[in-house]
Amino acid sequence: MVGLEHYLAVGAALFVIGIFGLFLNRKNVIILLMSIELMLLSVNINLVAFSSYLGDLTGQVFTLFVLTVAAAEAAIGLAILVSFFRNRGTIAVEDVNVMKG
Amino acid sequence: MSSVDIQTVLPELILAVYAMVALLGAVYTSKDGLAKPITWITGGVMVLVALMVAGGDGNTAAFGGMFLDDAYSRFAKVAILLAAAAVLVMGEATMSRRGLLKFEYPILVTLATVGMMVMVSAGDLMTLYMGLELQSLSLYVVASLNRDSVKSTEAGLKYFVLGALSSGLLLYGSSLVYGYSGTTLFSGIIEAANHGQVGLGLLIGLVFVTAGLAFKVSAVPFHMWTPDVYEGAPTPVTAFFATAPKLAAMGLFARVLFDAFGQAVGDWQQIIALLAVLSMFLGAVAAIGQTNIKRLMAFSSIAHMGFALLGLAAGSAYGVQAMLLYMAVYLTMNIGTFAFIMSMERDGRPVTDISALNQFAVNDKLKGLAMLILLFSLAGVPPMLGFFAKYGVLIAAVQAGMAWLAVAGVIASVIGAFYYLRIVYFMYFGEEGEGVELNMSPAAWAALMGSAAIILLGVVNFFGIEGAAAAAAEALVK
Repeated sequence: MVGLEHYLAVGAALFVIGIFGLFLNRKNVIILLMSIELMLLSVNINLVAFSSYLGDLTGQVFTLFVLTVAAAEAAIGLAILVSFFRNRGTIAVEDVNVMKG
Repeated sequence: MSSVDIQTVLPELILAVYAMVALLGAVYTSKDGLAKPITWITGGVMVLVALMVAGGDGNTAAFGGMFLDDAYSRFAKVAILLAAAAVLVMGEATMSRRGLLKFEYPILVTLATVGMMVMVSAGDLMTLYMGLELQSLSLYVVASLNRDSVKSTEAGLKYFVLGALSSGLLLYGSSLVYGYSGTTLFSGIIEAANHGQVGLGLLIGLVFVTAGLAFKVSAVPFHMWTPDVYEGAPTPVTAFFATAPKLAAMGLFARVLFDAFGQAVGDWQQIIALLAVLSMFLGAVAAIGQTNIKRLMAFSSIAHMGFALLGLAAGSAYGVQAMLLYMAVYLTMNIGTFAFIMSMERDGRPVTDISALNQFAVNDKLKGLAMLILLFSLAGVPPMLGFFAKYGVLIAAVQAGMAWLAVAGVIASVIGAFYYLRIVYFMYFGEEGEGVELNMSPAAWAALMGSAAIILLGVVNFFGIEGAAAAAAEALVK
């Protein structure tokens, strides 16, 4: 029987993978965007699992909002990335370093 | 959805509809040719909406408690709207000179402002998230507004990645809070935590939500995006980042902590106190080595957020009142300071180096004096308003039995005074150098002089906003 905790474990695992993808990735900004998407989707798994467990629809409504915003966020991220690439000629993470910090 | 609900969100509705009408109008006519009138009209609309919000009263919970209109949200909204309008109008000439006055700029600022108004009115995790994202997504775009500049696009990219990370943390926390309290309404969450004991799941959710919000107010250790974004973004945009969004994020922070976790004050107090101490000290120490005035202002804002968090850490109505007053004074000081910074030019090119200010006040006495007042106030030197704002949060911390926190605040304030006074020193006694000319539009001049005058004259009675802040704090902390 697959219970709530199994879903939460999958959600937590995906979330941690997303965070590590953000911090350990030294290659490509696109991978950062994928990691961000992974984090948001892990939240969706959590919300739907809780919603089903509690018998309460609010969590699924929340999921729809998160999906919509995630799409908008990806669009804006890619747009900024394109204009960065035009100026810098590269999207390697280690080249995002014109300013120190 | 009833007419009362619509009535409650009317200010947000007006601004959102205005933004869309302005967007369509500009796209179908002369596009960037309309940028200047749209900027001024946007400023006017924001002031009108601020008057409308200020005229409201009572305590309404619309859409089944998801959207709250009370004295607290009204105080924050008026401050947000006025700050946004002031920054838009005073930055118009500078943006225009740099060729950055695109019609999207005022429209994106309007949408960000709508997001901020929703944030401070949030009564539900979903409202919180939607408001926060509307604000953040608009801000990512304005950060990279200068799309032909490596620095500006890099600032936008960094802001985007770290902002999305913070949204992810906040959302993960929200999902846990929802799961362990069974509701996303703040009024339901506070009941779930009512039995004196906050469950472990709820507590982990609280920690994640706090981390996400700490990113938005740029509190240490979640501050690393701030200096780069401040430096890279065009200066009028930096002025916007340093003012309204900070108040909105702080307002949302207090809203979540008191409305949703008001029964767990002891649990979050320590986290906030730690964030406050770290922010105050890092902001004070790291700013000393900066030579770029925009980076310096970034660390300055980190330190100021630390002081505002001090009021929040007190966990009392007086603490919230002190925090609101602190933020109002902070907005005023920053608007004036940035009106000065965005006008710094040499041969028509923007200058951000501190050493360019050498001997400035000797040549231009009035503007030098206004900047001196603002810098003294930022440092918290007694006769200025900035001192009384700091005094308020320190007293709140002492009253809450956190005297050590207040002592740490005083020490950090003394360290921080060094770099503000160093700028004053350069302005009056610096070596003769290349110098800098101040290319100020009348609006920027009015913003600089106006905020310096407020800082000086507000000492008498805070212009009466103390009462409004007290009422706001009463509405939040029941």
